[in-house]
Amino acid sequence: MPGEAVAVVGASGSGKSTLLGLLAGLDTPSAGSVRIDGTELFELDEDGRAMLRARMLGFVFQSFQLLAALNALENVTLPLELADRGDAEAAARAMLERVGLGERLSHYPKTLSGGEQQRVALARAFVVQPKLLLADEPTGNLDEATGEGIIDLLFELNAERGTTLILVTHDEMLARRCTRLVRLAAGRIVNGASA
Amino acid sequence: MAVVAGRTRLSLRMLARDWRAGELRVLAAALVIAVASVTSVAFFADRVREALVRDAHQLLGGDLLLVADEPWPDQISHEIAKLHLREAKVMSFISMARHGDAAQLAGIKAVTGNYPLRGRMRIADATNAPDRPTEHGPDPGTVWLEERLFSLLGLKVGDSIELGDARLKVAAVLTLEPDRGVGFFNLAPRVMMNLADVPATGLVQTGSRVHYYLLAAGNPEAIDALGEWVKPKLGRGQRLETLENARPEARVTIERAEQFIGLTALLAVILAAVAIALSTRRYTLRHLDGYAVMRCLGATQGRLVSLFAWEFVALGVVASALGCVLGFAVQAGLEVWLAELIAVKLPAPSFRPALQGFGTGIIVLLGFAIPPLLQLRNVPALRVIRRDAGPPKQGALVAYGIGLAAFAGLIFWQAGSAKLASYVLGGFLAALVVSGLVGYLLIQAIARLGAHARASWRYGLANLRRRSVANTVQAAGLALGLTAILLLTFTRADLLEAWRAKTPPDAPNRFVINIQPEQRAPVAQFFAAEHLPTPVTYPMVRGRLMAIDGHPVDTQAYDDLRTKRLVEREFNLSYMKTLPGHNSIAAGRWFQNQDFKRGALSVEEGIAKRLNIKVGDTLTWSVAGREFTAPVTNLRKVNWDSMRVNFFVITTPNLLDDRPTSYLTSFYLPSGAHEAMNRLVARFPNLTVVDTSAIIKQVLRIVDQVVDAVEVVFLFALVAGVLVLYAALLATQDERLQEAAIMRALGAARAQVAKAQQAEFLALGLIAGALGSVAAFSIGYVLAARVFNFPYAFSSWIWIAGPLLGLACVSFNAWMGARAALNHPPMYALREAE
Repeated sequence: MPGEAVAVVGASGSGKSTLLGLLAGLDTPSAGSVRIDGTELFELDEDGRAMLRARMLGFVFQSFQLLAALNALENVTLPLELADRGDAEAAARAMLERVGLGERLSHYPKTLSGGEQQRVALARAFVVQPKLLLADEPTGNLDEATGEGIIDLLFELNAERGTTLILVTHDEMLARRCTRLVRLAAGRIVNGASA
Repeated sequence: MAVVAGRTRLSLRMLARDWRAGELRVLAAALVIAVASVTSVAFFADRVREALVRDAHQLLGGDLLLVADEPWPDQISHEIAKLHLREAKVMSFISMARHGDAAQLAGIKAVTGNYPLRGRMRIADATNAPDRPTEHGPDPGTVWLEERLFSLLGLKVGDSIELGDARLKVAAVLTLEPDRGVGFFNLAPRVMMNLADVPATGLVQTGSRVHYYLLAAGNPEAIDALGEWVKPKLGRGQRLETLENARPEARVTIERAEQFIGLTALLAVILAAVAIALSTRRYTLRHLDGYAVMRCLGATQGRLVSLFAWEFVALGVVASALGCVLGFAVQAGLEVWLAELIAVKLPAPSFRPALQGFGTGIIVLLGFAIPPLLQLRNVPALRVIRRDAGPPKQGALVAYGIGLAAFAGLIFWQAGSAKLASYVLGGFLAALVVSGLVGYLLIQAIARLGAHARASWRYGLANLRRRSVANTVQAAGLALGLTAILLLTFTRADLLEAWRAKTPPDAPNRFVINIQPEQRAPVAQFFAAEHLPTPVTYPMVRGRLMAIDGHPVDTQAYDDLRTKRLVEREFNLSYMKTLPGHNSIAAGRWFQNQDFKRGALSVEEGIAKRLNIKVGDTLTWSVAGREFTAPVTNLRKVNWDSMRVNFFVITTPNLLDDRPTSYLTSFYLPSGAHEAMNRLVARFPNLTVVDTSAIIKQVLRIVDQVVDAVEVVFLFALVAGVLVLYAALLATQDERLQEAAIMRALGAARAQVAKAQQAEFLALGLIAGALGSVAAFSIGYVLAARVFNFPYAFSSWIWIAGPLLGLACVSFNAWMGARAALNHPPMYALREAE
């Protein structure tokens, strides 16, 4: 459902990351199918899935995955540039303002704190206005206070933009803030109830 | 269209970002060096070639030129007149020019008043005064002298000089004349005189080597007609030169030199290619995550590949352009260096060398950077979630196969012949493989030795071995660059020294030629009066080789230009009963009694090989219009370095003693006795004294200049070698940074970390330097033993200089790299390594 937030929880090795990889079309399943907005993901080829990602998906990773050679602004501009969007820089600038980094546009990842890096990553994820946002342990590398700030921001942006959020985490507190919770164990869904 | 422009812009933006991050600097520098190395040679050669084309008229002095070593028959002049063409005549020979007590060997050129028919000479009224063009040659009774002669003879315009028996007034300084252009350096300074004065000098006598030129100019059709008419009439020793075939020896020499130096330049290219491959590999490894992220952000594979490819192509274009600029600047330096060799002002170069430079740059980039770059395609986007997912495959020999093929193509292009190209390519690859192999073994050996050293050293040397592949590449790359430099400095000096040592200090340093038979006794008396040892004079008769074993000699049958020229001109023959002491028999036997009756020949073994003459063959000679045939009874080994009188062909006396003969001698003139020679020439004006020591000095200076020029090209190879070193260092830098951080986190002091790295670099520098020394020494040894045939007395400096240079290069590198490692807070490296 648009605007819905789903948490995927489970112990290490329970298959959370594999599920996320499949949802994003980064990995291919040995059986089964994934449908995004009515499109059967694995009927598309690699490039077809990439184009679908460009159109619909945003990502936030545990290890931020910012490009070290690019400053904050350039990191956020990149997905727009790759999509040949003309207004890339203005949009990226506005997005960074929104996540509170308007003053740090020309800083490189190395010189930003963990929390700031994740905020750049959030800006990069939301700047393309995705329908679906996939977040992989977004607070895994952050201390508690910083992590909470990031999660607040994530939910704010999610609500603002009506994005569907799938959040992989092992943090039960965090999971409970989502509208639905999916628990995995040994690669299987143990329960799929609404929180 | 807008999308394409946008994508190009994005590629350029990525280029700017990667450049800013320092990712592409080594690659760009390597490319600049490769292109500069190739273009510096190409630009220079191009300008020399352009000058040859431009000066073809000048060089010829007319539209058509006939050259012979005997006077041209009047019949030809009649034909020239009949065709309404203009005609000029020239004679050239060497002789002594005298002024007061001073005498100097000079190249005499006697011309008719209307010389040259094409082009202009330039003269000045005094030395260092501004010159002006002139339409005609010197008037009868006057001469023009090249500037050098004024100081050598201590005279000024208005004085007189003596040439043979004639006294002529110096009317001007000759500053420019045709045929003194590119690739032409006369060892004897020029005296230009009027042809009408030649008989009065009495210089043209038996045994004098004189060239007779006939120049024609006018209507092109008439020139063609003259050429067609004269061609079938040309005999041996006569040749026709037109604009198309003018100065073939200059052209061939320049082309060969360009080919050789051009191939030398490719050494820098292959080293640069190694640096490019190494740094692109590092670039690829560092972009794995970025690539995966971009795939995740929705970029298709094709999109990303074209993005990176265009980024590299843009870099290639910029770096190649810079390389061309650098190459152009260096060739301008070459021009200054070689100013003495190239007496003319060179024209601006064409665009061809720049195209060649761009071609080289793009080929090397595509061949060596694109293959590792394409491995990015194998990176799965899943890597963003799972770091262990798909690093690119190692090795990829197949991928570099494209690069090697491209490089082989470059060598073929430069060499122009498959044989030469395969030699050079084989040589380069063998050098790389051998230095790699030896370097690898040395690394293993040193690391083993270091197992018992102190902690920091042990750690450093263990690293040397752990990274043995990367270190081998570094050692081999640097060693090749060092070899090139050591060869041209130490090995060259050693070879020259060995050559000098081979010539005894009292070896003859003067030749006296043109001694007439009746002058032999008075000359001997003169030497006795001057307290000089009595010289041994040898008879000399000029003759032309007509047939070998009854087969007429055909100059066209010889491919080699030198051989062609050799058989075309007249030989200096001599006759004697006993073998000269400084010659030895290489095959057959020396003349015996029956030979003195029926006649026999002795041939120098080198020329025998060149002309394919064996003992037992019969040779037919023409001397002053009469022919004789005699068998070859022996081949002689001649020590040319002895500086004594030597002959290619010696006959038994009965064959030649009734022919027009002149005599020559060589002897050692102690320093300070040169006044005696001036007196000799004043007394016997027809004699020519050649100061061989001065000529050798001049030749050595020219060799030095050329070697200096080649050294500049080799410097590119050294810089490329250092770039290989740096690229390889960078390739392991991420690993080093992390290790240094861990060591420091574990409590190692900066000094300890630094010492461990120093141990590794010290060993590396020594290995590369020692390899360079061994290679340079080996090449020098082979040259001395196989090519020059003398014992190679090498200086021990090469063994010190090689390792020292190696250490210097590695230290510089290490300083650059380690500075980064040590100034990096440990946290950064640990954080980056996550």
